[in-house]
Amino acid sequence: MATTALPSIPTADVGHGYTTTGLPHRKVAIWAFIGSECMLFASLISTYLIYKGRSVKGPFPHEPWTDPSTGHVFKPILNIPVTSCSTFVLLMSSLAMVLALAAVENRDKPKVTLGDRILGSSRLWLFMTALLGTTFLGFQAFEFTSFVHEGLSIRTNLFGSSFFTLTGFHGAHVTAGVIWLLTMLAIDFKRGLGPKDALNVDIMALYWHFVDVVWIAIFTLVYLIR
Amino acid sequence: MSADSSHGTDASVDAVEHALGAEHEHPTWSVYWKIATILTVITVIEVWCYYLPGFVSTAFFVPTLLALSAAKFVIVVMFYMHLKYDHKLFRVLFTGPLIIAMIAITALLFLFGKLAIRTGLLT
Repeated sequence: MATTALPSIPTADVGHGYTTTGLPHRKVAIWAFIGSECMLFASLISTYLIYKGRSVKGPFPHEPWTDPSTGHVFKPILNIPVTSCSTFVLLMSSLAMVLALAAVENRDKPKVTLGDRILGSSRLWLFMTALLGTTFLGFQAFEFTSFVHEGLSIRTNLFGSSFFTLTGFHGAHVTAGVIWLLTMLAIDFKRGLGPKDALNVDIMALYWHFVDVVWIAIFTLVYLIR
Repeated sequence: MSADSSHGTDASVDAVEHALGAEHEHPTWSVYWKIATILTVITVIEVWCYYLPGFVSTAFFVPTLLALSAAKFVIVVMFYMHLKYDHKLFRVLFTGPLIIAMIAITALLFLFGKLAIRTGLLT
């Protein structure tokens, strides 16, 4: 009877979360999850782009609109300076995130100078990432509130429906990321994060950077392209 | 003593790299700062393009913004997400669905006439 040779798994790795490829299965899983998230956001972005310019009534993103029944003039609804600031904040949060991961990976390395100690503080960079993520959410809350005050809600027109759905889904992802960051920060304060925790921080960092790259696409396709 | 501690440090670095599934060393802190500067400069250029009425009305406006956005996307994925340094399986897991997603967006935009009108295939 013929037998099939199975790939060998190092004994030490059995039960420690490694696949037959030798890669940690949680990292394989987060990449597969990010791949599926690409398709989710692709569907939301394509819905926005298809409905763009098809709203029967305003307010519109880039053009002023006069309500024929009341004569009220609505200015273009998108606030590019505010959104540019929030984009910059999210990009800087990605920088803080990679510095946090590098600090966790290099926890055991000696830190001689003050600069080494600052760059090597995972607590500082995890806190900065969470703070910048929360600031981004504050910008989004301000934007949503001002839109509603200016007459655009999720029920107003096709633009409002697709815009709030797309950016709302992204905001929900950022919120989940901030909660994840605060949880990791609490663990860091409780027992400290070291090289053995690098995989957990790396998985969180991958999620956070993905949220950032989605915003890079949204900022251009929704806010800048007229 | 120093040899032991050095050996311990090497072992922890190996453990980190094994745990992360890394094929090569990740970039240094200075590289991360440089990348952040590049991303900021690209964002400033994007917003600057938006406020140039003469440029917005040309056919180069949308392709320029898409190219700048794609550059930012690739830089973050390659360097901040370490895809440039990680195992190729991760690249496949990300780029495969990303390509499908981009084809789906393009196909839907053609299906609903948005791209066809913009490119002059449909009037």
